[in-house]
Parts: sequence; structure tokens; C-alpha cells
Amino acid sequence: MMNYLTALELRPLYAVLVSLIASGLIYVLGEHIRPNAREGITLTAAVLKIIIVYSMIPAVLAGTEIRLELFSIVKGVSFAFNVDAAGMVFACVASTLWILTSIYSIGYMRGHGEQNQTGYYAAFAMCLCAATGLCFAANLITFFIFFEVLTVATYPLVVHYRDAEGTMSGRKYLAYTLISGQIFFAGIVIVYAVTGTMEFTPGGFIKPDMMPMPWMLLVFFMMVGAGMVKAGVMPLHSWLPAAMVAPTPVSALLHAVAVVKAGAFCTLRVVLYVFGPEAAKACKGAEILAWMAVFTIIVSSFIAMRKYNLKARLAFSTVGQLSYIVLGICILTPYSTAGALYHIVAHAFMKITLFMAAGAIFVTTHKKDIREMVGIGRRMPYTMIAFTAASIGIAGFPFFVGFVSKANIIMGAVAMGKPVFVATLIASALLALTYLMPVVLVAFKKNVDNPEFEKYGEAAPAMLVPLIITAVISIILGVFPNAGLHLFDLAVMAGNQIFMPYM
Amino acid sequence: MTANIPVLVILLPLCSALPCLALTKVNRHLGNAVVKIACLGSFVLSVIQLTEVVKNGPIHYAIGNYAVPYGIELVIDSLNAVLLVAFSLIGILTLIFAGNFGDRKRPMMIAAANAEIALLITGLLGMTSTGDVFNLYVFLEITSLSAYCLISLGGSRGVVSAYRYMLVGTIAATFYLLGIGILYGATGTLNMGDMAKILNEGGHDNAMLVAMCFLIPAFGIKMALFPFHGWQPSAYAHAEPGSRPLITGVMGKVPALAMFRFFFCIYGTDFRFVRLSLILLGVFSVIGMLYGSIMAMGQSDIRKILAYSSVAQIGYISLGFAIGTPISLAGAFLHMLGHAFMKGGLFFCTGAIRYKYGTADIDNFGRIYKKMPLTCGLLVIASLSMIGIPPTVGFFSKWYLALGAAGRHEWIYIAVLVISSLLNAVYFFKLIEKVFIRQSAGLKERWKSEEFELPVSIILPVVVCFLAILGLGLFNVRIIDILLMTLEGVGL
Amino acid sequence: MMTTIDAFLAAKGIYLLTLLLLSLGVAGVIVCNNYMKKLICMNVMQVAVIFFFLCLGQKDPGTIPVAMNEAVKAAEYINPLPHGLMLTAIVVSLGTTGVGLSLLLRIKEKYGTIEEDDLLKKQAQQARRDKKRRELHHPGDDE
Repeated sequence: MMNYLTALELRPLYAVLVSLIASGLIYVLGEHIRPNAREGITLTAAVLKIIIVYSMIPAVLAGTEIRLELFSIVKGVSFAFNVDAAGMVFACVASTLWILTSIYSIGYMRGHGEQNQTGYYAAFAMCLCAATGLCFAANLITFFIFFEVLTVATYPLVVHYRDAEGTMSGRKYLAYTLISGQIFFAGIVIVYAVTGTMEFTPGGFIKPDMMPMPWMLLVFFMMVGAGMVKAGVMPLHSWLPAAMVAPTPVSALLHAVAVVKAGAFCTLRVVLYVFGPEAAKACKGAEILAWMAVFTIIVSSFIAMRKYNLKARLAFSTVGQLSYIVLGICILTPYSTAGALYHIVAHAFMKITLFMAAGAIFVTTHKKDIREMVGIGRRMPYTMIAFTAASIGIAGFPFFVGFVSKANIIMGAVAMGKPVFVATLIASALLALTYLMPVVLVAFKKNVDNPEFEKYGEAAPAMLVPLIITAVISIILGVFPNAGLHLFDLAVMAGNQIFMPYM
Repeated sequence: MTANIPVLVILLPLCSALPCLALTKVNRHLGNAVVKIACLGSFVLSVIQLTEVVKNGPIHYAIGNYAVPYGIELVIDSLNAVLLVAFSLIGILTLIFAGNFGDRKRPMMIAAANAEIALLITGLLGMTSTGDVFNLYVFLEITSLSAYCLISLGGSRGVVSAYRYMLVGTIAATFYLLGIGILYGATGTLNMGDMAKILNEGGHDNAMLVAMCFLIPAFGIKMALFPFHGWQPSAYAHAEPGSRPLITGVMGKVPALAMFRFFFCIYGTDFRFVRLSLILLGVFSVIGMLYGSIMAMGQSDIRKILAYSSVAQIGYISLGFAIGTPISLAGAFLHMLGHAFMKGGLFFCTGAIRYKYGTADIDNFGRIYKKMPLTCGLLVIASLSMIGIPPTVGFFSKWYLALGAAGRHEWIYIAVLVISSLLNAVYFFKLIEKVFIRQSAGLKERWKSEEFELPVSIILPVVVCFLAILGLGLFNVRIIDILLMTLEGVGL
Repeated sequence: MMTTIDAFLAAKGIYLLTLLLLSLGVAGVIVCNNYMKKLICMNVMQVAVIFFFLCLGQKDPGTIPVAMNEAVKAAEYINPLPHGLMLTAIVVSLGTTGVGLSLLLRIKEKYGTIEEDDLLKKQAQQARRDKKRRELHHPGDDE
């Protein structure tokens, strides 16, 4: 069938290009134009991207996938985009949060008088370009290209401060991601050599009889490994807390939007679109991965309790929350898959609120340690209320967005008859409360008016407004999961597509 | 005119090299201008030739119209047509670039270097195009002699390196001559096509094996393939700075092409010992890839880092030969093209930094990206390509190599490709770290800043290499299709 | 028994001699300490190959390949091609030797020695000097 290209058919490409061009423009012009003009480029690109991405939602909801084959990238495989429900969920999150983090970054970077802002904004835009690209990638090689671009583009953000600590974290980050990326590459080669295809197919294209089982398991972990590293599944998580040395908006980006979610999304694509439930179950890969996720959820919560640096605590919380997504994927039911996808949304909004709040506190008071934040809630009430809302959401209380996703994952676990997973999920909600509530309690401690904080007020509006918006969104989405963008419908749709052949 | 393109591509640089010195006596710019114009002409002609070959198939050109098995023949198939374009492009870029180096008060020295570069280009293009084994020897010696001279122009260490290279290189050339002597004794012909026909009739296995024993070290030395690479790091590092991109980018590749011709075109895969020789080649490549990278990690002089990295990268190319399927051979040739631009590009960067700050020690590179953003941009892209990060060409050549290995179930080769990429990552990210993160060493600029951070004649090659690395990566399928026109059916 | 060896030597013995000469040359290039001797050995090596080619072209009842007035059958000429090839090889060898000698002169001029041991010592000294100079914050103008 001849597929004529029209301007609208090219939308996935525009969505990727808009950030790429923004990144290039910022890098080349950044030092020669005024900061306002430079940030103008970022914001314009972010707005354009949101418009492009949102405009594709109706078509995807109607069940048509926007497919775009550009040119052959390697012999026999094209550089192709395919906008499906799962990719759309991640793309919506990434593009929505880009604009909020950009506004927040402007406030933070200026408030904090940071160096190297040009490189920062350029790398940031590049990350978003890569994230969008891997949402829409139609096959493994396109996916891998964007995956590696994301790896490299994040590096300058991690080493942003150019100091010894940053350099070490950068090395650690590179060691983890490059090694896993190269092994992923080898896995892709083997899969292509065995199956002759690389197209993501809901329900997978590897049949259980294509490879002998132990080899299949090896290839499964070669490919999932890259996702596990980026998603911080233990024992491959240690780059994530180390990357905390970066500026807070970067942490927000790393931990809530682009990088870790790209890891979770990679796991999703590999487990459910390459291997498929049948092969993943047959080679035991899914089950092993699920147990690793369970381990991560519990252990990371305990580690988080012992961290008194607010950002480090949030980092370990991220490690745990990302494993929810991995667990949801590995339970291999439509419910849990929808829950896992929706948790990408839920966790993004909640965690970014938490990080933005932490950053706001840091810029205003230069405090990192939780124990020094006594009474700060009275000085920065809106920030801390947003923080509280997001904390409760992380714990998965009803009427908060975290509830929707966790409930679905639990439903999947019940359907599969896995009581341990159910118990883990419920226990971890309580654990999340135990490490996030103390922050809130300390901040709002009664009858203590810390004189140290008297001169401080709320952070600048550029920082305050985004974090209030994300907090509000996370409550709205908790009550009406489909509000606005129909993200929950998209997640359910993706789950049904994958498990259609098995029902 | 158009019928004579194959020979003109080679003759133009040759004919310009000789009068260069004489013309420089007349006017200091005239000689260099003539050389540049001739090499540019050679590049343009090779592009025309490539389009011809893609349209109408291989060109067979008999020099002087002597009938083919007796006279010398140039054979331009799609494979070497592509390589000729890339090599002549790097040649002309190097000439443009080289004008900035050398003592400006001694125009004759600069002219001599330019003439040598033109001779080197002649030799390299000749080796690439020829279809005659003895003619290959002659061009090999033209290449080598001009390379000895260029390396010796690089100061006192350069002289010693050049002398050592000359001794080893002569052993290689002698072995090559001996190898073709044995084959000539067995077949009575020197034409590659003819020789292949006679050898494939069978019955020459012993002669072929003995010849192979001489040819592998001969090409191994010229390619700087492990374990024959001993001469290479110091020769690459101390060569005349202007000519380094050509020496490092192209000089190791052309003998690799010759090796391919002997292994796959002349010997063919019916040769009784073919698997054995391929395994041997595979072992050399694998060890070379690991050894080169490990040695490169220990260096702090960027030229040494890049030289050792070449040992590793040549391993990729010969690994493609060792796997021996059409797709892996295509990968090897894509890597040949890509690496010519990567390594050439990295040496353009090194030269640019040296031109501006007079240092090649990476410990002094702190934050030079602020002063030289374009150069550092290429440095990063070329480094990423060396590691094999998409969408640069290095990733795609690795892809085809790995795919070929998977097709032959050579899983170890895939593992080695992965490990080697990671080792590359170690020292290239060390370099990137120095350039972007380390505190500035407070270097003083030797020349005051010009418009594009450097003179146009330095920035032009940098930009071209930058575009070539990305372009070859994104549009690799076009190149692979052209390469496969020849490679389809060759190999295992 | 002896006769087979004799026959072999009679037919191919000359190749053994060229092989011996080649091995001597290669060994000399590798083993000698003096660069001049290395160069001489290099020449020995090249001459061995020239012999090899000439032997290839030789045949017993053969005459020099020059067209003469009286009719000589083509089969009676020895093969002229190896001679032609070796003419080229000799020129190449001459060129290489020339380059080698001029490089030797330069080495002698710069280091004052052409013994490999001494040269390596001097180079190591030079490297130490360079390093010291770099430590004193005078980066630049290395070769």
C-alpha cells in the first residue's frame, strides 16, 4: 500500500525535531543572545511540542496508529515511528512536564546563579528529543538510537557542576548506562538474527520455541538489563542516587521524567512488545524480574528511611516507585500493564512535585538536610502543602493519582494469584508514608518558629507555580483518571492490545 | 576524457607533486596551489567515476591499451570507487589543512611536505584502483616512501620513527614481493582477475598456503594489525603534523583493501585453508581490538591515544574480514570509510588545538571547548562514533559486523565488539572529560583569534569530517547497497 | 635416498639459498644494534627476493630474451618478465636505501649516534626533559 506523506502524517517527526532544533539553536546561539531569548527558544519549543503531541491523542484513542517510515536506517529496517497508546502515554507525560520543568529551571538556575546554563538548556532539550523519539519508535533499532542519545545527552547534565564529585557521578552513570546499552545492542543483534524482524508488536514477536530456554533467558536479560539500569532496579541502581549531585531540575528530569521512565518504558517494550507475555513467561524472565522488583521495592524503602539528605531520600523513593512499574509489567496481565503505564504518569507528576519542592527549599534556604528543616512549612506553606499532597499520593491514598495505578497493579497481582506481590505493594505504601511523612511533620512542627527561617518566604513564582500545578494535576488525575488527556484510557487500551491474542 | 578517468585520478596528484618544488621557486604560493588544484581535480573525477560505476557497473581500464593479462589493468568496481572518493576527499582536506603547519619562513619546506602528501595520495589511490599485483607493489612503495619522508619531517623523534618504520615496512614489502613471486611462479600471471581464475581451477593449494604465510605479515605490518603494529604508534604520533590526518586516516586502510582482494577475490572461499586463515585473522583482530584500547588508556598524549586506538580500529576491519560474510565485509568497508573520517577528523582537531595552543597533552585541554566550540563538537562526535553510539557511522559499521557474526554464530566476536566499545568509551570519555570538565590550564593562544575560532583552512576539514561522520551514519544503507553490488556473492 | 635429495637440490636448491639469504637479511634487520648494519641487512633481504624472481624466470636451455636476426623460437627464450619486474624492484630498493641513508644522516646529526641502545637512552632523557618542561607550565612546542 502506498502511503502518501502529508504534513500531518509527519507529526511524530516534528515532535522529535522540535526539541532537536531547539537544542541545536541553544548550543550555537546560547552564548551570543540574551538569556531571555535563549529561554524563549526552550519555551517556544516546549509549547510547540505539547501542541504536536496532544494533537495526536484523538487519533490514537480512536484506535488508529500514526505510522511513519522515513528511510532505511540499516539494511532491511526503516527508521520508523509508530504512535501507539503506550508510547502516547509516555510522550504526553514527557512533553507536559518539559514545559513545567523549563519554567522551574529558569527560576532555579537564575535564583541559584548557576554556571554553564547554555549547555544545560541544550542538553535538556536533547534529552526530551530522545525521550519523545523512544516513545514513538516503531522498532528496536530506532528505539536503541534514541535510547543511546538519551544516555549521552544526560551525561552533561549529571556533571553539570564540573567538580570532582560530579565527575565521579558522571563516570558511574556512564559505566552503568554504557555497559548495559552495549549489552542491549548485542541482544538486539541476536534477536534480529534469530527472528529477522525488529518491529514492536503488541504481544511480542518472539515465539517460545525460537531459542533454547537458557539462551532465551540470557537474551531476555541482555535486553531488559538496559531498562533495569535506567529504571534503577536493584542491584543496578547505584548510579541514580550518585547522580543527585546535579542541580535539582536535572534530578527532577532524571528521576521523574525522561531517564528513569525511559528505562521503565524500555522494559515495557522489551517484555511485552518484543518477547511478549508468552515467551517472557516461558523463559521465566518475567518472574525473575518481578522478584527483583519486589526486592527493590522493599529494600529501597528501608534505605530511604535512613537518608537525611532530602534529595537522596527522594532518589531512593524513585528507585522503589520505578520497580512498581517493572513489577506491573512483569505480572503480565492487562490490569497490571495498564496500572504500570498509568504509574508512569502518576509517579511523574508526584515525584516532580517533590523534587521541585526540595529544590525550592534549597534555593531559598540552602538547606539539604531534613533535620534542619524544622518549621519551614510556616514560611513556605504552598510549597510544603504541595509536598504533602505528593507524599500522600506516593503512598497511594485514594483520590490521589498514585491510588489509580497501584490499585490496578494489585488487581493484576490478585488475578494472577500472587499474594506476595499484593502484600509487597500494600506494605510498600506504608513504608512510603514512613519515609515521606517525617519530612512533612518536621516542616509543620507545632509551636516551633525557627528564627533562622524568618527572613525567608516562598520561592520565586517561576518555581512555585510549576510545582503547584503538578500537585494539583496529581490530585485531579487521582479523582478523574481520564481528565483532559484520557491517559487512563490510553493505558487500558495499551494493556488490552498486548493481551488481546491471549484472551 | 571520461574514458580515462581511472588513470587520471591517480596521475593528477603525481604530475602535480613533481613540479611543485620548481614552481615554488617561482612563486611561493604557486606550487602549493597547483598541488591543491590537482588533488581537488582527482576528487571531483573520482566522484564522477563513482556515479558511472553505480550506473554502469565496474570499469576495466587497460593502461596504455596493452591487452589485459599482459598489461597493467585498473579495475574500478563499486567497492573501490567509494573508497577512492573518501580517500581523495581526505587527501584534499589534508592538503588544505597542512598549509598551516611548518615554518612559514621556509616555503620550500612547506612545498616539500605538500609534494610528499600529493605523492602519498598518488600511492594510496593507485593501490586502491589497481588490478595488478605487481603494480600494487609499486604503489605500495610509493606510499611507503612518501610516508617515511612525511614522518621524518616531524622533528627528531619523527626521524627515528620514520627509520624504524622504514625497516619494518621494507620487510613487509619484501614479503609481499616474495608472496606474489610464489603465486606468479604457480600461475604465470600478475593480473588479479586472471590469477583468481587460474587458482580456482585447483591444484595450487600448497603454493597458495606458502604465499599466504608471507602475505598476512606483509599486509599485517602495513595495516598495523596486531601483532605487527609495533612501528605504528610512534610513527603516527610523530609524523609531520599537517599530514597526520591522511597518514592515520587512510594509510592503514588501503593495505586492508589489498588484503581483502587477496583473501576473497584472488584466493576465493574454495581455498582449502580459508577457514584456518580466517580464524587466525580473527584471533589477531580480537587481541588487537582489546590490546589497542588497553594501551590507549594509559597514554596522556592525545596523538598516542589515537595511534593505539587505530590498532584497535584496524582490528574491527580485519574482524569483518575474519567473519567473512557479505554483510560483515560491507560492515568492514563501512568502518574503513567511517574510521577514515573519524580518525582523520580527530587528528584535524588535534592539529587545530596544537595550532592554537601548541600542546598535545590532554592534561592541558581543560575547558578548551569554550574557545573552540566547533572543534570540540567534532571531537565529541568523532569520539562517540569511535565508541559506536548511534546515529554516528561507528555504530552502524559495528551493527553490520555484529550481524555478520550472529549470522555465522560467532558469538565470541559479538562479545568482543561489545567489550571493545566499552574500552573505547573509557578513554574517549576521559578525553571528553578533560575537554569539558577539567579546570582550564590557562594556555596562551599562539595566534590571535580569527573569525571562526581558527583559519578557514583548518575549520573546513573539521566541518567536513563532522558532516561525513553523521551523514555516513544516517545514510549508511545507500553506501551498503553500493558496497554490496560488489560484495554480494563474495565471501562465505 | 641420496638421489632424491640430490635431485631436489639440483631442481630447487637455489630456492633454498635464496631463502637462507632472506632469513639472514630479516634476522639482521631485527637483531643488529647498529642502524647502518640494519640498513645493509635490509639490502641483503631485498637482493634475496631479486634472486628468487630471477630464478623463477630461468630455464636450462634458454637464451637471453633479445630479438636476434636468426630465428629463435619463443620457447627458447628465458622469461623476460621477472627481469622487468626486478628492474623496478631494484629501483625501489635504491630509493629506499637512499631515504634510509638520508634518515641515518639526520639521526646522527640530531642524536650523535646510530647505535640503537644509545639512541633509546637519549630519547628517554629527552622525554624526561620534556616532562619537566611541561611541569614548569610551559606547555607547547613539543614536536
